[in-house]
Amino acid sequence: MTIPNGDRSDRSPWNWLLLVPIVLPLLPFLFNSDEPRLFGFPMFYWLQLVFIAVGVTCTTIVYQMTKRRR
Amino acid sequence: MEQHLTEIIIFTALFLLVSGMGFVAARWRRPTDLASLDEWGLGGRNFGSWITWFLVGGDLYTAYTFVAVPALLWSAGAMGFFAVPYTIVIYPMVFLVLIRLWSVSHIHGFVTPADFVRARFGSPTLALLVAITGIVATMPYIALQLVGIEAVLKSMGVTGTGMAGHLPIIIAFAILAAYTYQSGLRAPALIAFVKDTLIYIVILAAIIIIPAKLGGWDVIFDKAQEKFAASPAPGDGILLNANNQLQYITLAFGSALALFLYPHSITGVLASRNRDVIKRNMSALPAYSLLLGLIALLGYMAIAAGTTPIGKDNNTIVPRLFDQMFPDWFTGVAYAAVGIGALVPAAIMSIAAANLFTRNIYKEYINRNANDADEARVSKITSLLVKVGAVACILFLDTGFSIDLQLIGGVIILQTLPAVALGLYTRWFHRGGLIAGWIAGMTAGMVLLYNIGNPVTGKLHFAGSAFPLEKLGLDTKMTIYAGILALAVNLAVAALGTVIARAMKMADGDDATHPDHYLADEGDPRIKDLDLTPGSPKTH
Repeated sequence: MTIPNGDRSDRSPWNWLLLVPIVLPLLPFLFNSDEPRLFGFPMFYWLQLVFIAVGVTCTTIVYQMTKRRR
Repeated sequence: MEQHLTEIIIFTALFLLVSGMGFVAARWRRPTDLASLDEWGLGGRNFGSWITWFLVGGDLYTAYTFVAVPALLWSAGAMGFFAVPYTIVIYPMVFLVLIRLWSVSHIHGFVTPADFVRARFGSPTLALLVAITGIVATMPYIALQLVGIEAVLKSMGVTGTGMAGHLPIIIAFAILAAYTYQSGLRAPALIAFVKDTLIYIVILAAIIIIPAKLGGWDVIFDKAQEKFAASPAPGDGILLNANNQLQYITLAFGSALALFLYPHSITGVLASRNRDVIKRNMSALPAYSLLLGLIALLGYMAIAAGTTPIGKDNNTIVPRLFDQMFPDWFTGVAYAAVGIGALVPAAIMSIAAANLFTRNIYKEYINRNANDADEARVSKITSLLVKVGAVACILFLDTGFSIDLQLIGGVIILQTLPAVALGLYTRWFHRGGLIAGWIAGMTAGMVLLYNIGNPVTGKLHFAGSAFPLEKLGLDTKMTIYAGILALAVNLAVAALGTVIARAMKMADGDDATHPDHYLADEGDPRIKDLDLTPGSPKTH
């Protein structure tokens, strides 16, 4: 059985962007430090919370750029 | 108990409110007929972005997480913050994988991950292994939700000895079991709105009010640092040290790999309407990760506030902190948030486990001719049994034992990764190789966990997931997440087994899926629909 629109694909160069939020949080040397503090938060805590925003940004861009036209 | 009266009244009122919603949910987005797994077990496979966000968020970020993660920061420090990188890497990692799983499940009407494995590799045995792994890994997870509720009940002074002491939790679970039986996945989906709204309100209030009372974030982190500097344990501190960094990242990464292999996560994904709903949620679900990161820091606030746990139960740290910092009525709201927060995942998990039993054990081995209504009936009854089992875990086993089981659960569910996750991309593996890999990975995981002790508590076995590399003969103090090692063994054996099976020309199963099936979207015809048209070949 084949479905209509057989030329569909999930491939896109934009997908590479997804690697950024996968790799960043797994590199402790980037954030394992007390200074500089931000609003009293040691870097270890605020930078990892910032990575959440990086994740949201990257997944949003990939979604918007790879949307199928209907 | 009297001094907690306001809290108990508010807690009970909110609990009864959501229970009512649970029963009404059967009529929400009313289907013509609830008697099929698509309706009872997957809410009609028609949830949009908002419902999916609340449902999956309520499903993944459980009450236990909200209680246990801050407790971990309170006792060990930075290591407990692994929950944040864990819940960041998860979404970009599964972004492309889940849409493939959704598509192929949409076309074939799969309800469980084991359904997919059966069709992909043509092996009921492999599907059975995946189903049993899922059920075994999920049961202690449900039990842990009860631990979350118990932490709150204890803090309200609602405890006693023996059976009577457990009566409140038995009543709570009986109500939960009744409305899950009646409404299926619609119940947790509707309740999730209340649960998450309450949690967001409580946490926003907590991170504004508590630091202000304690003298600011600087003070909170400095007090935590003082506590860890004074403690004799080598691994704690508000930063990681040279020996636990590898454990931190492998635990975050390994937990992320495991999360969407759990049957209850997949249930939430398959209940969504189309691929776009899933993709949008991969961007929207991190809102809960931010929440979790802030909740984690409640552990440090408890240090700064000098909060002490009830007895040796660290899980009571967060409830006790709320009691100390908030007016009684708001503490009641916070407790209700945790209590209701346990109901949503517990309901979804029991539905997912019941579906696995129905589809991959009952229908496969007991009654091959079961129709949609039979499946729904068996699942409903099984969901009740699963909850009885979870309550029994709490009543008859030590709480610590449930936590051990949950730890093991994470390691064993990872062993389904080659068949379920890699299977979505490649058919290269031979079913024999995958079965051999599963056995090897399971064995390795058990051996590794058995050999993890904790010198501080004097526990010799199953004392955590951090495996010391020196036990493998390496000259280092570093530790690594046991699940990752076990998965590596699994993959190596599966690959080797595949090569051997091919060389020996062992029979391989048929693949009922087609590459196009992994790209299908809402509106594309399903195999089941096609089967009704005369002359079309039967695909399974």
